Amino acid sequence: MEGDAEGQAGGRLDARDAAAWIRRAAELVSAEAERLTRLDAAIGDGDHGHNLHRGFTAAVAALPGEAELAEIRPGKVLIAAGRAIVSKTGGASGPLYGTALRRAGKALGDASEADAAAVGAALKAMVEGVQELGQANEGDKTMIDALAPAAAAYATALDGGAGLAAAARAAADAADAGAAATVPMQARKGRASYLGPRSTGHLDPGASSTALVLRALADVTGRE
Amino acid sequence: MVGIVLISHSRTLAEAVAEVARAMGVGKAAVEPAGGDSEGGLGTSIDLAEDAVRRADGGDGVLLLADIGSSVLTAKMLIEDADGEEIMLADAPLVEGAIAAASMAATGAGLPAVHAAAEAAREHRKT
Repeated sequence: MEGDAEGQAGGRLDARDAAAWIRRAAELVSAEAERLTRLDAAIGDGDHGHNLHRGFTAAVAALPGEAELAEIRPGKVLIAAGRAIVSKTGGASGPLYGTALRRAGKALGDASEADAAAVGAALKAMVEGVQELGQANEGDKTMIDALAPAAAAYATALDGGAGLAAAARAAADAADAGAAATVPMQARKGRASYLGPRSTGHLDPGASSTALVLRALADVTGRE
Repeated sequence: MVGIVLISHSRTLAEAVAEVARAMGVGKAAVEPAGGDSEGGLGTSIDLAEDAVRRADGGDGVLLLADIGSSVLTAKMLIEDADGEEIMLADAPLVEGAIAAASMAATGAGLPAVHAAAEAAREHRKT
């Protein structure tokens, strides 16, 4: 990554950066695992933090070594991470996060470095993949309530001339706000939807973990 | 013959439903359970589900039935990743759908008919 010091146009994501994103996401998820599980215990089945910790730990273990990262495409890194998450997570977040990362990886295609616009396209592909699989819309109290505003905020920042780091920061902030906005929502997907109006008044665990994954992207793109 | 795979959060639930469905399939239908996570706990494992699809696949296609949540999402991912295999998910209750599907599969019917039989199971009212 270079040329993004002022948050101006520029900044690129290579395979090492993609791997750093997954590692940072794993760190944040592991640090917050207990909080995520507590949130899930209120309206879900009480395993979200534990499951995601297991999934992202497997994703980190599946990352290629440093020598290989110098040779491969960032898209390939995300696809490998997604596959590991699907395999090892155990709950609904496995297929959902796995699909999100695999779609992001496919969207990056064969580029050896993704520019800011390509990362925006990858975020959009993540939203579409999760919506296709889980059939959730914004307002259903799911990870989409963090992911969709994040992708939109990223695109808006890019249109306004921001580079990768600044756009990723805008996405992470929008994901935080989107997650916070799930508190009054009534769940329409997953176990929480069985509770009807009793699902209101709680932060959605999936939206909360999604915000961590977006924060991880902002952290690694903002490092250099 | 069409094979049937049962994806459930519980290993014992999937195995027990498979037992009943096999009986209804008069011992002919291939019904394979894929229950629990990779460590035998509650959850879903796409690896177990893929293995079950391979066991159930006799060359005439495979019908998936799933209980809830991650089981359904895992079934959808198997379909997305299917490499030329004929594979469908039934929008059906697990027990009733498995019994209907196994009964139909045992007649030698093709995948669309077995899928339709499983989905029709939700219309069999109990009261």
